[in-house]
Amino acid sequence: MKLKVTACIGSLIVLLSICMFISCQSDEQIEFNRYYSLGNLIYQQHCQNCHGAQGEGLRGLIPPLNDPAFLKANKTNLACLVKNGLTGKITVNGKSFEGEMLPVDLPSVEIAEVLTYINNSFGNKTREVTTRQVELDLKTCR
Amino acid sequence: MKSLAVTVVAAVLLSGCQLNGGKKALPILGERHAITKNVNGSQVTDTVYHTIPPIKYINQYGDSVDNKKLDGNIYVADFFFTTCPSICPIMQRNMLNVYNEFKNTPGFKIISYTIDPQHDSVPVLNKYAEKLGISGNTWWLVQGSKNETYQLAKSYLVSVQEKNPAGEYIHDGYFILIDKQKRIRGTYEGTDPKEVSKLIDDIKILKAEPAVKTQ
Repeated sequence: MKLKVTACIGSLIVLLSICMFISCQSDEQIEFNRYYSLGNLIYQQHCQNCHGAQGEGLRGLIPPLNDPAFLKANKTNLACLVKNGLTGKITVNGKSFEGEMLPVDLPSVEIAEVLTYINNSFGNKTREVTTRQVELDLKTCR
Repeated sequence: MKSLAVTVVAAVLLSGCQLNGGKKALPILGERHAITKNVNGSQVTDTVYHTIPPIKYINQYGDSVDNKKLDGNIYVADFFFTTCPSICPIMQRNMLNVYNEFKNTPGFKIISYTIDPQHDSVPVLNKYAEKLGISGNTWWLVQGSKNETYQLAKSYLVSVQEKNPAGEYIHDGYFILIDKQKRIRGTYEGTDPKEVSKLIDDIKILKAEPAVKTQ
């Protein structure tokens, strides 16, 4: 009987601390999760056909999205690449690609969401890309 | 009673195994008609199946591809174009699985017809094949007359259309399995990895099919 009561209290404590942990999640974390989840849906709809479910690309035809160096070097240009498309030669993971990526006409908030997803998937790990940042970047497209 | 149920279940399971495991035959698709001919003085009725008509194309190496080159082969056909932004990359990703499975198998080919021959010249197809990482003579990317290709698509039971007002080509993503007699033995949605796995299984079944006299 005593054992049962102890087990009961024990599980109650565990449950309580889980609840506390979840409610303690910062607003930023919740916002990040929201961007990431919505970004995943946008990725499936607009990017996955070519770049693949794992961001693996397609051999020498379509570049993968798992090169942190490329993402870093083009950090403020990524929104422009999505919005305006891309032609010409680029180097990803040390491999040269030449082709055309068609523009994807998305509102800034959706560009921010999909970039948040890409920048935190396929082995990439950066912070959330905010809508404000996307709007700023789009003003200075190269 | 219980043992009866067990027996019934076992029987059903066993018959299921037999259907899948042993001598499953692929269907022959397309229109067919019967002909009656006189063989050695007696009337014989035979079925004539739909077949792929003679073709005249050029592959990514600049070599001609015609029915003679395909004789004795089973092959998978699809329709694509190199600048296709929508379904083609998925189709190619899935076709690569078929290619990797059978690239060293004699008597097997993949024929990808471009529906945009004006852009997809032999050098363009050659470069595309190289970037796709395919070599040798298992997978041919072929180009020919646009009209002929659009007509040919119909005989593969595939729908392709001219550019729409937005400048896009609309085409089906089907992979079509053709046997040595140039008959259609299966159609598979090339964008669906599960259907493409079934295609790989069906190619093995077709390869194991006993040789039949050509009509």
